[in-house]
Amino acid sequence: MAASSDIREKLRMKRRALQDTLVKNKNEDDIQEAEGSDEDPGESLRRTLRAQREKRKTKLLEQPFVQDEDVGEVSPTQYNSPNEGPSSRVDDSVVSTRPPTGSQRGVSVKSEQPSSSLHLDTFVTRHLQEKLRAARSKGESLQQQETSKDSSEPVSRLQRLKDRDTITRFDREADPVSSGRHDDPLTLRSRVKFQEQARRVEKDFPTTEEAYNFFTFNYEPDQPSKPESKSKMRQKQRDGVEEDDRDENGQEEAEVEEEDEAEEDNQDQNEFQSEEAPLVRNEDNLFVIDHLPQDFVEVRKAEYVGFKKRVQRDCELLFTPSFRAVPTSVKLPENTMPRFLEDEGLYVGQRPAVSLTNKNISENRILKMAEGSKWFGDDGKILALPDPIKESSTRPPLFHMDEELDPALQTVYRKAMKSQYANLYIAGATDPEGDYQLDVDVSGLIFSHHPLFSREHVLASRLAQLYDQYLSRQQNNLTGHLTEKLNGLRKALRNMMRIHGEQGSSEALQHRISEYSLEVRNTRQLRDLEQEKDRTLLRSIIKVWKEIKSLREFQKYTNTPFKLFLRRENVDRALDEWEYEGEILKEVLELEAESEEQYQKKLAEYNKQLEDWKLWRKKQKAKQKKKKKKSQTQDDTEEEQEEEEEQDQTESEDQFEEDPVKPEVPERPDIDSLERWVREKASRIRRKPGEAILVPELCTSGGVTASDLCPRAEVARREDVSRRSLFIKILYNYKEVSRTDSCSLSTDFRVHFGQIFNLKVLNCPQSINLQVFEEIGSSYSLLAQVFVPVPDPSVVTGRAPIEEIEFSSNQHVMFDHEGVGSDVPLSFESDGSNKLTLLTSGKLSCCVSWGIGEEGVPLAPPLSQHPGGTHRGLGHLDAVSYIGASGLYDMKKIGEWAVQSRLDPNDPKNTSIMHLLKVASSGEVTAPDYFRLEHLQEEFNFVSDEEMESSKRFRLLRLRNQEAPEFRNYKFVPLLEREVSDKVFQDYEKRLKDGETIDTRQHLNPHRAVVAKYLQQIRESVINRFILTKHHYQLSDLVIEEEIPSIGILGINLFKLAESKRPLKPQRIERKKVTAQNLSDGDIKLLINVIRAHNIPIRKPQSSKPGQSSQSAVQGSDWYLSQVQVRPFVEVSFQRTVLQTTTADGPNPSWNEELQLPFNAPNGDYSTGSLQSVKDEVFINIFDEVLYETGPDDKSRATSIHTQIEKHWLGSVKIPFSTIYSQSKIDGAFKVNTPAVLLGYSREHGNTSVYDQWRSTQGGTFVRLFITVEPQLVPGESVREKFNSQEDERLLQASEKFEKHAAGGYPDRPCITTVIDLSGKTIFITRYIRPLNPPQEFLDAFPNNPQEATSLVARYVSLIPSLPDQVSFSATCDLLSTCDQFLTLLAGDEQEHAVLLCNYFLFLGKKAWLIIGTAIPEGPTAYVLTHEQSGYFIWNPSSGQFYEKGDTFCPLQTVGCLVNSDNVWFNIQENPSPLHTNFDITKVKMWKPFFSRSFSHPGLSSVQPEELAYRQTDKAAAAELQDRVEKILKEKIMEWRPRHPTRWNRYCTTTLKQFLPKLEQSRGQDVAEGHRVELQNLLGDYRISGFPLHLPFSEVGPIIEAVHSTGVHNIHSSNVEFALAVYIQPYPNNVPSVWVYLASLVRT
Amino acid sequence: MEKTSNSSVFLLTVNGQIEGANFPDYDNLYCKYCYVYGHDWAPTTVSTVEKHCITQITSKSSQSHKLIWNFPLETTFKSTNPSGWPQLVVSVYGPDVFGNDVVRGYGATHIPFTPGQHIRTIPMFVPEPTWRLQKFTGWLLGRRPEYTDPKVVAHGEGREVTRVRSQGFVTVSFHIMTKDMKRMGYDTGPTNSSTVQFATSSQSRDAQ
Repeated sequence: MAASSDIREKLRMKRRALQDTLVKNKNEDDIQEAEGSDEDPGESLRRTLRAQREKRKTKLLEQPFVQDEDVGEVSPTQYNSPNEGPSSRVDDSVVSTRPPTGSQRGVSVKSEQPSSSLHLDTFVTRHLQEKLRAARSKGESLQQQETSKDSSEPVSRLQRLKDRDTITRFDREADPVSSGRHDDPLTLRSRVKFQEQARRVEKDFPTTEEAYNFFTFNYEPDQPSKPESKSKMRQKQRDGVEEDDRDENGQEEAEVEEEDEAEEDNQDQNEFQSEEAPLVRNEDNLFVIDHLPQDFVEVRKAEYVGFKKRVQRDCELLFTPSFRAVPTSVKLPENTMPRFLEDEGLYVGQRPAVSLTNKNISENRILKMAEGSKWFGDDGKILALPDPIKESSTRPPLFHMDEELDPALQTVYRKAMKSQYANLYIAGATDPEGDYQLDVDVSGLIFSHHPLFSREHVLASRLAQLYDQYLSRQQNNLTGHLTEKLNGLRKALRNMMRIHGEQGSSEALQHRISEYSLEVRNTRQLRDLEQEKDRTLLRSIIKVWKEIKSLREFQKYTNTPFKLFLRRENVDRALDEWEYEGEILKEVLELEAESEEQYQKKLAEYNKQLEDWKLWRKKQKAKQKKKKKKSQTQDDTEEEQEEEEEQDQTESEDQFEEDPVKPEVPERPDIDSLERWVREKASRIRRKPGEAILVPELCTSGGVTASDLCPRAEVARREDVSRRSLFIKILYNYKEVSRTDSCSLSTDFRVHFGQIFNLKVLNCPQSINLQVFEEIGSSYSLLAQVFVPVPDPSVVTGRAPIEEIEFSSNQHVMFDHEGVGSDVPLSFESDGSNKLTLLTSGKLSCCVSWGIGEEGVPLAPPLSQHPGGTHRGLGHLDAVSYIGASGLYDMKKIGEWAVQSRLDPNDPKNTSIMHLLKVASSGEVTAPDYFRLEHLQEEFNFVSDEEMESSKRFRLLRLRNQEAPEFRNYKFVPLLEREVSDKVFQDYEKRLKDGETIDTRQHLNPHRAVVAKYLQQIRESVINRFILTKHHYQLSDLVIEEEIPSIGILGINLFKLAESKRPLKPQRIERKKVTAQNLSDGDIKLLINVIRAHNIPIRKPQSSKPGQSSQSAVQGSDWYLSQVQVRPFVEVSFQRTVLQTTTADGPNPSWNEELQLPFNAPNGDYSTGSLQSVKDEVFINIFDEVLYETGPDDKSRATSIHTQIEKHWLGSVKIPFSTIYSQSKIDGAFKVNTPAVLLGYSREHGNTSVYDQWRSTQGGTFVRLFITVEPQLVPGESVREKFNSQEDERLLQASEKFEKHAAGGYPDRPCITTVIDLSGKTIFITRYIRPLNPPQEFLDAFPNNPQEATSLVARYVSLIPSLPDQVSFSATCDLLSTCDQFLTLLAGDEQEHAVLLCNYFLFLGKKAWLIIGTAIPEGPTAYVLTHEQSGYFIWNPSSGQFYEKGDTFCPLQTVGCLVNSDNVWFNIQENPSPLHTNFDITKVKMWKPFFSRSFSHPGLSSVQPEELAYRQTDKAAAAELQDRVEKILKEKIMEWRPRHPTRWNRYCTTTLKQFLPKLEQSRGQDVAEGHRVELQNLLGDYRISGFPLHLPFSEVGPIIEAVHSTGVHNIHSSNVEFALAVYIQPYPNNVPSVWVYLASLVRT
Repeated sequence: MEKTSNSSVFLLTVNGQIEGANFPDYDNLYCKYCYVYGHDWAPTTVSTVEKHCITQITSKSSQSHKLIWNFPLETTFKSTNPSGWPQLVVSVYGPDVFGNDVVRGYGATHIPFTPGQHIRTIPMFVPEPTWRLQKFTGWLLGRRPEYTDPKVVAHGEGREVTRVRSQGFVTVSFHIMTKDMKRMGYDTGPTNSSTVQFATSSQSRDAQ
């Protein structure tokens, strides 16, 4: 250290001296030398050197700049240098070079220069560098003196070391902090790192003080220690390097460095070509430093930053990654060879395709990042997931450009069919990626004939064919083979002959010889044939070539490049001749032998024949001798003649026909002629001896005459050729799977495709067909089809040879140019003879083979799978289809399948199966007995299923999520398990249990119980559907948007802008509707405004004397005047809240009071659906307040009188909340349900006793009410879900249009054309109307009075309990059941009642229609209209009452449309009220029919049954029910009076019981007086008030409710007695009519 | 504590403010906000949470283009279940050219889970008219499409039927405190990674 500091000190001194001199040279009056002496020279230098910049630059370029620049930063590496002694020196020297850097910094620290003066600083540094160089050279000289050994080139050596460090060591440097520190930029080399560091320094640099301290105090001691520690660390890193080895080590390194340096220098030189480069570097260094002195303020001119500087700065800030590929060594940790996982057998997916440039860029970019190397995998590539993109799109692209889609591709809408197999298990979708791949390699095709061939082409192709033939013959060399065989045979024969000659003949040998010779003969003949063929082939080749030549000469141009060369192979004539002769000789000898043999054979035969002949001759002679006796001499001559004759005959081969033939003497084989023949043959089929062997060679080197030299016809042909192109369609199983690119036809009629198609096949290949298409312009035509055989599974791509398959077509083509056409006779002769017809033909070279998978596995189906050669099934790709759904349970089969399909065990897609197989094969069957498709599912379950089941909290959460009604709005599911009480589930479980077991006790009637259960099931299914549809949103559910205004409305709106803000006649503004979900308990109130009532029954005077009661009532005007007739008040009860009005006087009271009733939604759920399903009803009861003086009390009789108040029920109105909710306000006069008999009251007012009977019953009591909900709720909309339908689509559209039109024109008139049946299908409403038979007993009851029957039927219908659909199905969705369903369910809404009533009326022969309209209080409802002689009648189906058309009290308010079985008519009249409606549907101006002439009735069949079957009434059951109801009611009344004894007046009860059947008989009409009289007679001393209630029966509950609402039990006087009687009259199909007679008796 | 309360809950206190918004094209905006939370959540301080709260109208200054509301939020929720974690639903309104009050954006964000300070920038959007003419008439009459309920943006259900356009951003800062969450087994505290990192770096510094 001491040494180093000494040297440093020295250097500093020297530098100072240098500076001083320089300063002297330059202007000495430097103003800015405020601090110290060090910065003065720097400052002056900056100034001076600016002028010398240019010069300097040139100098700098010459200098080895890197060395200078980097010397200061080399120091730490010096510790690695060789042995101790020199190393310390070197160290010293190096460290001594360090201070300049430091001092340089010191300079800048103290300088007042702001950091922006960068260029000055660069000059300073440069200057300092020069100084350093000088100093260092001195230091070097010192060092050289001290260390003589290693003085050779210390600087360059240092440089080397430094470079070495850059490349090798620093990358390994694991300590980012130490490397990143600004006092340690030593080894950073690359520009980027400089920049980074500079930035970091800027960041790290906290305060100026700190920096100051750092540079002033800490710097000196720190400087040496840091490199030391660093080097130590390095030494640690190099484990295994011994102290002793350092020497060598160092040297080795030096050597290494030398190389590096060479490279570096090269690079550096390149870099220094631009002058900016060094500046930048320096700047980087100084940048860091210049930020330090910010304590000082200096006012300067704004610095202009030159363009180049700016570019430089940009260079610092911006990083442009290089395009060049990054060497693998950089990307990997050092000394690591790239590892290729795929080679090691690990599964590596296909990487996604990234262009090389992009890859390089990103690699370069990543490398610049901190820890960039972690982005590289072991193989030196960027880590990447497998390519997720499928190779082929799953659906074929449709090419249609705005034109009509191919009709075959048009979407055809078909009605969904109800399938009985709908619930069957359907195997999962198959994996689209098949495992089998068929590679079709279409390499090209060559035409052997094409219509566009010119004559020359025809010849040329023939020549080519012949040449091909020749070549193949040459290759086969059949002639040579046969010749050799012949030679061999001959040799063997010769040997045999020799043996034969030596040893004499044996039979066997003889035989063999003959066989051999036969063989020789055959072979020779064959050889001759082949030789002849060869010869003719050669000859024809030459002939065709000559023809071509002559043709070319004739036409003066050439079309084909063919040229035939005949290579002459000269032979040694003598040898050849000898061989030739020898061959001929051999053949002649053989032939001679053969002919000799033949001759011998013939001779032998001849001799034999001759013998025979001679024998015969002798006989002849003997005959002739008898004649010879005449002349002896003649005989002699004759004999001679005969001899001659014989001779002649043998010569001439003629014979006498008649006589036995005199055998011919076999001709001696003519050796000469034989030889001649042989020679002749040889000259014909063999080349002549000494003649050169002609070897034809066909080449295509000849030129083709250019088109412009050709005649026009030829040019036209060539143009035609160039226009044509060909492509090949590949059809797999007769379906086009692919096609090649269209390749143009070349002039030599060859097309090269060179395309390979990989077909992923799913179904077994039956045929592979390649279709050759020729394309001219845009049209193309099929030339030929080539069927390629399906390859064997063993035929795999790469190994399969390319096959040439010939094709031809019989197309007829003719041209007017040089093209010869196809199927056209063609002659080459001048005279036109020798015509030939050529057909288009050619050869297609292709290859079909099975593909090879990634691991070299052939992607062919296993052979075992297709036993038949024709049926090569590939249909076993999918596990399910292979094994079958049932097989999924069978591990063995899965295993088999896995083996057969060659599953890649490394493919992650198959891991589940592999895992399963492994588990299965491990011995015990621990695998589950099901096939798990998602085996990872379990890992996502955060608790086990058992835990999920057992936990109450989870159960609660799940039930809430399932929207179980009890928990739909459950709040605050407790956080802890133990806080969930069991009570929570009680209701739910009870409901579940109720669903299963039917509580017969509650239903009183087994049939009703079954029906209730059925209804419940329907309700549940419908509710589920609605819950589903509730989650289907439409835009209007989410977004409030103005309707598109028409132009007119737009205009009006614009007009409105000018309207006065406060018009004189303000219009009523609708209340703002509140969406239900914002509400909570207590927000909603039910407002009931009770305005007035009409026609309330009045009390009748209580006369103690029976008999005169009626008289006195009429006559006694005293009570009429003295006593109030009635003191009615209205009591409204809703949801357990009971409010009442004040008491008014008289039968026509006016209250005009508003009652507010709070409303609470069930479960606190204020959603629309929940509100719709509220079943609560508003009971509006009218009571009469009766005061009774109980007489003075005993104790205080003088002062007070006790009065008892009794309220007597007079009648009630029930309005369901759902009606109020759906209509939002109800306003009108409601008919009060008054009992048929009201004991103690009469409806007659005053003296008007003479009243029309019908009128009196109809003109009941009315109460005028206004009911609304505050705030106004948005009524639930009907479900928009389009239900599926069996109706014709046209009809549905028409009905939609009809309804839409109706709603548009008359929004307040309901119009229904389609309804939904119980199975949820849309059905046209007219299908419901059909005459149906009412129970026969009604018809039989009054055979002569149809009017009675009508009312009976109406009553029967009204007795069926009413149950609004909205309540039962929780949404405003009209379900319309058919009449038989209705009668089975015995519950339905008005529509069902109306339909049934209408059908009954039709059966009774009436003209009846269904009226769809609105009524009070039901809202939209259905009534029935009948037409009789007396006019139109409107029937209320749920009450059984009818009204005349003109009746003002008719509850029907508007008539929307009429429906019968034929048509639907919509009311388009001005006033829709029935009073003003004309019901003549034939008037088109008043009624708009649905089916008109333009859209006629399609003949819709009815959905109703043909006939209704009724079950007979069960009287016993009715009686039992009657008893039970009575008992229950009595119990209830006693229950409601807990503090008072309830006494039953038996006598009265029995009397009442007698009344009830009469009431039923008379249907509740006009028996009141009789009752009262009768009762009065019976019970004289009682004050009786009572009434019969008549109810349809569904359950006991409503009856109890009705009884309770009358408040009879509320009479608390001590001496009250009660009477209760129940009567049930059963009607067919279990429709009971229930009568309850209630009376209270007070003894007076 | 556990014994005294009959049911265990955890508490989430939200303080913070709707700081401002960045709507490049609009001015004079005000903001409504509300919370949307699941069944198992309830605000303990009813006053601020129960209904929609409305901020003042703010305008842009000539210097800054930010709209500043600095409207404080303060709520405490109690809950038994992290499902249905509360969300802040913000909707911004302002006058259009004709002075009609139209909606300028809807947005929602979950209240941060972790205790501490958070700043959330909520992108705002409005539903688009279904077709052009409607867009024009809506502009002319000042009746743009609006959500039936701003809370719609806090739910995913049914959103696929709408199309929206982005409008700007609202910045909200939250200060979150939780109570008993860890005790109930929900650990949403900050991870310790930052402290670990700090330790390692200091160690390496020491090594030098």
